[in-house]
Amino acid sequence: MALGVGCAAPPGKARDNKTGSWRVFRPVFDPETCNRCGMCALVCPEGCVHENEEGMFEPDLDYCKGCGLCEEVCPKKSIRMEKEEK
Amino acid sequence: MMEIMEGSHAVAEIVKRCRPQVVSAYPITPQTHIVEDLAQMVASCELDAEYITVESEFSALSACLGASAAGSRVYSATTSQGLILMAEVCFNAAGMRLPIVMTIANRSLGAPLSIWNDQQDTIALRDSGWLQFYAEDNQEIADLHMIAYKVCEDHDILLPAFVCFDGFILTHTYEPVDLPSQEEVDAYLPAFTPYHRLDAAKPLSMGMYATPDYYMEFRYEIDRAMYRARDAFIKAGREFGEQFGRDYSGLVEGYRLDDADVALIAMGSICGTVKDAVDEMRDAGKKVGLLKIRTYRPFPGPEIVEALKGVSTVAVLDKNISLGNGGAVGTEVKSALYGTGISVYDYIIALGGRDVRKRDIAAVVDLAEKGEGDMFYGLRTEVL
Amino acid sequence: MAEEKQDVELFSAGHRACGGCGPALAARLLLKATGKNVIVVASTGCMEVFSTPYPETAWEVPWIHSLFENAAAVASGIEASLKKQGRSEKIVCICGDGATFDIGVLCISGAFERGHDITYICYDNEAYMNTGIQRSGATPYGASTTTSPTGTCAPGGNPLPKKDMPAILAAHGAPYVATASIAYPNDFVKKVERAINTPGPCYIQVHTPCCTGWGFESRDTIAISKLAINTGLWVNYEIVNGVVEKAKKVRRVPVEEYLEKQKRFRHLFRPARQDAEIAKIQAIADANAEKFGIDIKLRKPAE
Repeated sequence: MALGVGCAAPPGKARDNKTGSWRVFRPVFDPETCNRCGMCALVCPEGCVHENEEGMFEPDLDYCKGCGLCEEVCPKKSIRMEKEEK
Repeated sequence: MMEIMEGSHAVAEIVKRCRPQVVSAYPITPQTHIVEDLAQMVASCELDAEYITVESEFSALSACLGASAAGSRVYSATTSQGLILMAEVCFNAAGMRLPIVMTIANRSLGAPLSIWNDQQDTIALRDSGWLQFYAEDNQEIADLHMIAYKVCEDHDILLPAFVCFDGFILTHTYEPVDLPSQEEVDAYLPAFTPYHRLDAAKPLSMGMYATPDYYMEFRYEIDRAMYRARDAFIKAGREFGEQFGRDYSGLVEGYRLDDADVALIAMGSICGTVKDAVDEMRDAGKKVGLLKIRTYRPFPGPEIVEALKGVSTVAVLDKNISLGNGGAVGTEVKSALYGTGISVYDYIIALGGRDVRKRDIAAVVDLAEKGEGDMFYGLRTEVL
Repeated sequence: MAEEKQDVELFSAGHRACGGCGPALAARLLLKATGKNVIVVASTGCMEVFSTPYPETAWEVPWIHSLFENAAAVASGIEASLKKQGRSEKIVCICGDGATFDIGVLCISGAFERGHDITYICYDNEAYMNTGIQRSGATPYGASTTTSPTGTCAPGGNPLPKKDMPAILAAHGAPYVATASIAYPNDFVKKVERAINTPGPCYIQVHTPCCTGWGFESRDTIAISKLAINTGLWVNYEIVNGVVEKAKKVRRVPVEEYLEKQKRFRHLFRPARQDAEIAKIQAIADANAEKFGIDIKLRKPAE
């Protein structure tokens, strides 16, 4: 059968939905002032803030909706929201 | 081995031999003897199942749904108001393609409140996606449970089933029943192999919602499975006959129909009375026969057309009423026979436990022969 | 901390929640606490809808949705099935406040009374958000919703108090009941870990502000939930075997600081300030503070 029997599906397909296109403001992270506390990654409702190889945090802009929660919780004010250029 | 036993007990005994792993049910007359027996079997270590004593029928079927999704063979039983309380779960379980088997001790629906038999409860859920099998006697109700599990769990089907027998008339009646042994049931019914299940080793989201891009296709798939269930039932019924000597390969079953002018159509225990009435009418020279419907869903339209070739008049006995449009079986028989030229008359009969006697059947045949039908039969005269 | 151990996102990006969604964050945190060995049972509601349009599920663990009101009963059946199969997955329900406080009470009560080994989490955004912000039994006194709107005859909004669901479930004999808030993610994660490792039915009610339904900017979700705690309108506590423990202490601020930031309470301030209504809400916070002993007392100067 072509469809998942009983409207069931395995994981994975949600990532096809690139919610980054919803964004009006984008978070810009400043690695100079970041203290690597990870609060930005912890509170992101998309789970799209990740630690990179250098141990710094960065958002996955494919999915970031630009809500600004990371900016609000950042204790070092290392994140600022900038209007997206269309 | 043939034993005299109550219908409910026969059901409990055969369900035990079908080895459900989770049983969940809520007490309601006239279903109670079945679930009491099963609870005792679990308490006595005769049945290795989890028995969940829920706080409502709604939770009973919801628990069965969860257990089925987790990979267990499950069982429940209910009737009437309990089934209607389950209605939302019924549609859901069919849509989720979970092969739940549930016994229905058919009973009328309130108001007025009535604990007595008709078939309104299951008929009201005819569009829910559950297979519906109706038994004529206690042997048939026992046998149909084995067939039901086999058909429902077939990976080409994956639908739930109501296995129906008439409340009190069969549930509380003692009849001789030949119950197969555990080994015989095991030989007929393999262990449950879920099509898929909730499993941390293989994550799956079950019961997602469908947008307009997909919804129709899912409903189409259920409908196709319902049609495939016709052949699956015939196959399972034939296999049953080969193993146990009682053949259930027919979605319908004719009785003295061969040269009949008038055919009665009925479902459930009333067929026994009808057969006796047919015999008497035959003795009196009337060419009358019976067509018993065993599977109301899937509806045996083509089988009905085939069985009634040569018949001029049909009288459908409906133990239900689609208020404002006559009986449900009659309506569907008329639809199946459309264009054949056969006259079909529908009789609403035996609602809420009203007794039906052989002379009532004869009276219905007389009415049909006179072309009088599509009516309630046997009403108290003060309402007329 | 669990979130440091768990680097795989089990609640995947691409879900359709509003930006700044409190419930979406709760879902993520929940799976950080449970890890992969879990079966999630969802009720119909916002979270179910934003995370599972076929075939795009955001759940990378086994997940099932049946109906609005039956998650606890479905979970009961799953638990029975796993027990019979000798399987080890934890079973966690995640359901909104409408599904929990209102339509699902029958199934929840039955499941808790029977003592199934399940954890039931209510993500409480204090109204029916999926259908468009209608009042539920979890809607706080004074909040305006589309079915408890303000008007000349009803200047105060919702006239009814929030139902005390944790007490109801504690009264069922639940071994572990807790309230939590996404304002304190690690606390929520720890409570989920404790609940799933406590045999028997456990209940967690997590406060998940809804920017769309409550009327605040998406960036303020955490700040609003913190204010709920700092005003005493939401109290984080645990009830262990029927005894209240560990209520989070705060230096309380007046309820206005919480109310005035949300559109659902705007009628209390505009066009005219409703002092009597605000005082009633302050009294609710005061009563909470008294009941749970959350006020941090300043040391009295020696006399």
